[in-house]
Amino acid sequence: MKTILFIEDESALQKTFGEILGQEGYEMISALDGEIGLRLAKDKKPDLILLDLILPKKHGFDVLKGLKEDKETKEIPVIVLTNLERIEDVDRALELGATTYLVKAQYSLEEVIEKIKKALQER
Amino acid sequence: MKLKEILREVNVPAQCRKYGLSLWQCPQFLFLIMGLIVIVSSLIAYAIGTRYIEDPLLVAFWVLLIAVVLFVISVIITKSFERLAEANRMKSEFISIVSHQLRSPLSNLKWALELLMSGRINSVSEKQVEYFKILKENSNRMMELIKDLLIVSRIETAQLPIKKIEFSLEDLVKDLIREFSLLARASNVTVEFEPQSDLPKIFADPSQIRLVIENFSDNAIRYIPTRQSPEADRPMAGGKEKGLVEIKIEKRNQNLYFEIKDNGVGIPKEDQKYIFQKFFRSENVLKYQTQGSGLGLYISKAIVERSGGKIGFKSQEGIGSTFWFTLPIK
Repeated sequence: MKTILFIEDESALQKTFGEILGQEGYEMISALDGEIGLRLAKDKKPDLILLDLILPKKHGFDVLKGLKEDKETKEIPVIVLTNLERIEDVDRALELGATTYLVKAQYSLEEVIEKIKKALQER
Repeated sequence: MKLKEILREVNVPAQCRKYGLSLWQCPQFLFLIMGLIVIVSSLIAYAIGTRYIEDPLLVAFWVLLIAVVLFVISVIITKSFERLAEANRMKSEFISIVSHQLRSPLSNLKWALELLMSGRINSVSEKQVEYFKILKENSNRMMELIKDLLIVSRIETAQLPIKKIEFSLEDLVKDLIREFSLLARASNVTVEFEPQSDLPKIFADPSQIRLVIENFSDNAIRYIPTRQSPEADRPMAGGKEKGLVEIKIEKRNQNLYFEIKDNGVGIPKEDQKYIFQKFFRSENVLKYQTQGSGLGLYISKAIVERSGGKIGFKSQEGIGSTFWFTLPIK
């Protein structure tokens, strides 16, 4: 079973994604802040990481940088899932090595799931 | 203060851009003008003084007095303008922060609803689906409103970046017509599009021009009160049998001209001068439609003008409206 690490401080989203990803046959691991997220990524080596940007303790960009600098985690695809939509933020995330950048307001749940499946297939 | 900071303070147009104000409303620019007035008035006072007053000491005193009085007045005026401008900037920033904050709970709501509606958790009855749809439509409306508010705050703080990318306006319009086909069909409106052949591409920001055409199309389709219109809770007096929206693109000199014509409710003459103002909604339109933020046309005007184009409309109440814009080809 493929595992997905969801680094997101909104517990409501954790619950929604836990449900739907479970139904799709994935195991989801939750991290409610940046520091725990980075640690869990190293410990559990998930197949994919969903990353919010505005996070307590460690900003999403720092988490992304940490993931891509560590050779144990740098190959894991990261999908950024955030409500920040400024071009500078998108460019920065992609430069740091994010696979895809999704603005929450612009995607339906099913579309996000499709993007996750696609990223896992391409791996 | 470092030299760089001093130069930045002196750069009046840049300071004014920060406030998102025109030059004549901008405190720094007004201060400059006031300075000029003080200098000129002092010179005039000197000229008059030397002619009519013999004692040079008195002349000097007279010039000094006038200069000081004018200076004090100018400081008071520009200070109060500065406070106003700062308040305006803070308002825009406040809108931006609040909008971002509102988005997170709304995304949570939207996705949780989608999960419920998908029937993945429990099967949903038709009756429930109806109410889920109401919830979803309204959360979408809030999302749209927040999106509009964010754009407005970016326009007002002059942070709306305009990229210049070469693209085909015709393809963009075709794409949008497909997107709007559902709404059009549900509202019993036919959309016709006849582009000129061999239209050149334009240099502008496609995502923003898309917003403009979206606003235009949405208005055109929504404000045609056909008898079957789903938005209408009762048959409209004077409702048209069938709505018609005609879209045209033409090359005119060095510009592309886009036009969208509808046979909708039209805009009353007395409201026409306010139509591009922020939050303005014509009473005529409120009769048929309570949705909408009154921001679409304000945003459209800002985008078209920042892209180097012009925007306008003509309209007759009860007959319909034609909205148009032009964009430079290069």
